[in-house]
Amino acid sequence: MTEPLAVSDTIRERLFPFPRPHLLSAGDLARPDVDALLDLADAFLEFGRQSAKSLDLLRGRTLINLFFENSTRTQGSFEIAGKRLGADVINMAVGASSVAKGETLIDTAATLAAMRPDLLVVRHWGSGAADLLSRKVGCSVINAGDGQHEHPTQALLDLLTIRRTFGDDVGALSVAICGDIQHSRVARSNVALLQAMGCEVRLVGPPTLMPSDVDRWGARVFTDMIEGVTGVDVVMMLRLQRERMNGAYVPSTREYFRFWGLDSDKLAHAAPGVRVMHPGPMNRGVEIDSSIADDPAVSLITDQVEAGVALRMAVLASLAERMEAGQ
Amino acid sequence: MSSRGLAFINARLIDPASGYDGPGCLIARDGRIEAIEHQPSFSTRLEDARVIDCEGAALAPGLVDLRVKTGEPGAETRETLRSAADAAAAGGVTTIVLQPDTDPAVDEPALVDFLIRRGRDLSSIRVLAAGALTRGLQGEALAEIGLMAEAGAVYFTDADHLIADSRVLRRVMTYAGAFDALVAHRPADAFLTKAAAATGGELASRMGLPAAPAIAERIGLERDLALAESTGARLLVDQITTADALEALQRARSRGVEAAATVSINHLCFNEVDIGGYRTFMRLDPPLRSEGDRQALVEAVRDGLVDAIVSSHTPVPAEGKRLPFAEAEAGAVGLETLLAGALTLHHEAGLSLIEVLRPLTVGPADLIGLEAGRLAVGALADMVLFDPDAPVMIDADRLISRSKNTCFDGRRLQGRVLMTVAGGRIVWRESDTD
Repeated sequence: MTEPLAVSDTIRERLFPFPRPHLLSAGDLARPDVDALLDLADAFLEFGRQSAKSLDLLRGRTLINLFFENSTRTQGSFEIAGKRLGADVINMAVGASSVAKGETLIDTAATLAAMRPDLLVVRHWGSGAADLLSRKVGCSVINAGDGQHEHPTQALLDLLTIRRTFGDDVGALSVAICGDIQHSRVARSNVALLQAMGCEVRLVGPPTLMPSDVDRWGARVFTDMIEGVTGVDVVMMLRLQRERMNGAYVPSTREYFRFWGLDSDKLAHAAPGVRVMHPGPMNRGVEIDSSIADDPAVSLITDQVEAGVALRMAVLASLAERMEAGQ
Repeated sequence: MSSRGLAFINARLIDPASGYDGPGCLIARDGRIEAIEHQPSFSTRLEDARVIDCEGAALAPGLVDLRVKTGEPGAETRETLRSAADAAAAGGVTTIVLQPDTDPAVDEPALVDFLIRRGRDLSSIRVLAAGALTRGLQGEALAEIGLMAEAGAVYFTDADHLIADSRVLRRVMTYAGAFDALVAHRPADAFLTKAAAATGGELASRMGLPAAPAIAERIGLERDLALAESTGARLLVDQITTADALEALQRARSRGVEAAATVSINHLCFNEVDIGGYRTFMRLDPPLRSEGDRQALVEAVRDGLVDAIVSSHTPVPAEGKRLPFAEAEAGAVGLETLLAGALTLHHEAGLSLIEVLRPLTVGPADLIGLEAGRLAVGALADMVLFDPDAPVMIDADRLISRSKNTCFDGRRLQGRVLMTVAGGRIVWRESDTD
């Protein structure tokens, strides 16, 4: 049993100034920075398992959660991460109201910037939105999902989960990302990060949900799911949005599940000890069978959620460390 | 009683219509070119003319730009006819053809008449108008093509609005034949290109942008060409941008289909990589294409397959561009940078000045039956005097256009406009701004 004091000592030892003013893309981080970030997140994860979970690393700092799209998990995860670090956290659900009044992203950003936050966590439906914001506000911007482009903290928390499960040699692993690749920012961030770590990355899904020229992403592409998952160590399932299932991209949910839904028959072709991940929220019986999602021997889905808070604490704390250093 | 003339001596005359590129002098009077000689100055004494010593600079026909949008009527904060005409004059453009997608749309003769009169009142460059093909640019009911032609519309187009319904486009083409009207249409499949902000491919898919495959252009073009072939209409392919579509155009022409084509200066100078970093000033419609497509377009200009280069001048205010890429408005201003941009084809791709200037002058002038675009006795005295080699640095903030959305911001180009003459009058000279 680790003493609370010892854990926070570990955290202080591992704190480092974030290498960039913003976190916009998973590909922005060099491998040593990724390792340092995950080490710090590891310490936060242990810390989070104690009964007393508050720290003061972000005391006096203001974090604004600016979500133009609804999100329960990511927003909640950032909120808890910020609060556990002692920050003042404000949630701004911009949603329909301001946008309907004709206020643009930049107007909203200017208004928020005038409130002098230190950290701005943003989710927006437009690809490149976080990048645009980062050039217009004076604080650190964390991309919590921009359109179909990137969701870097998701990829980092996925990597943290993988590392905690399989150990440090993540580069030896083979990972299949399955489902709606085309519309997925999670897939794009994961491809970039996993490839940077040296993993073999495979993309599996129906051809209508594959981006054009996806073969040039440096990943092997499979339309046959059994072939795609054969021998892999990790299967990452992606959410398929309902409006894409009824004839637009695939004919029906039952046909999708038959060919690209993860069930035990398909999973049996993966490597022994295979683990299954999903960024949530899941469509049970569409992309993943409940028996797999709920099997603690196989599923890492709840581990991902726990890792999410710790990873986001690490990102926020190291961005704050950078501010302390006056950069 | 004739007025005082304007005599240019010691010029390098460049006339794509005749193919002449060499020393010369020229005199303009009463709005027309009165005399030309292929030697530095006139052999006989000049009667009552103001003499301009060109000091070896190039004197060419003024540029004719078939595709210009302003904000008038309806969105004057973007651009007025005045600011567009001033920008054109500064760029050596002496004729502009306004697009009909204004508010209200130019789909009836009174609006054509209004725009042409307003243009004439500017006492500057020549302002002409294109009329709509369909009422309200809705792609459904025929607009008054005959009456608008009578009012002076030089060609017909729904601008960036596609006529998806082939039955409608077929009727439009058939009907336009009664007036020998030139029908322009954007080559694009309306369904494949719907909501697209980029060209499909590795870059767009990495950036997570809604994209349309480049083949959508050829698909749309093949339909338009087939309709033109069957109806006998004169088709103007409005901005061809892909190598595939160029091949389709060539095949149709070899069958005898009467189809002309334009290319925008932006697609000759930039490629899809320029949208990297979500640069919304590079958000265009049609979107920027691959480098292979760009090179094919340059070769098409060299080979004379393209009839006209257009600026596709589209003023967009800052608030229309300071948005996430896919939400940003498409388009770029281009009147002031048209000549220098086109001269990159001379300086970088090795095209002759004649080859570069043909689709900027006589090419478009002939398409709309304008007696300009050539240095010939009796032609309209619309000319540009420029130094083809002088460096220019493009600074968006210094543009005359009310909107500053240029693709060329920060670029170093070569080609400085020294003087612009329209209708025999000097409408711009370099010292005007410096």
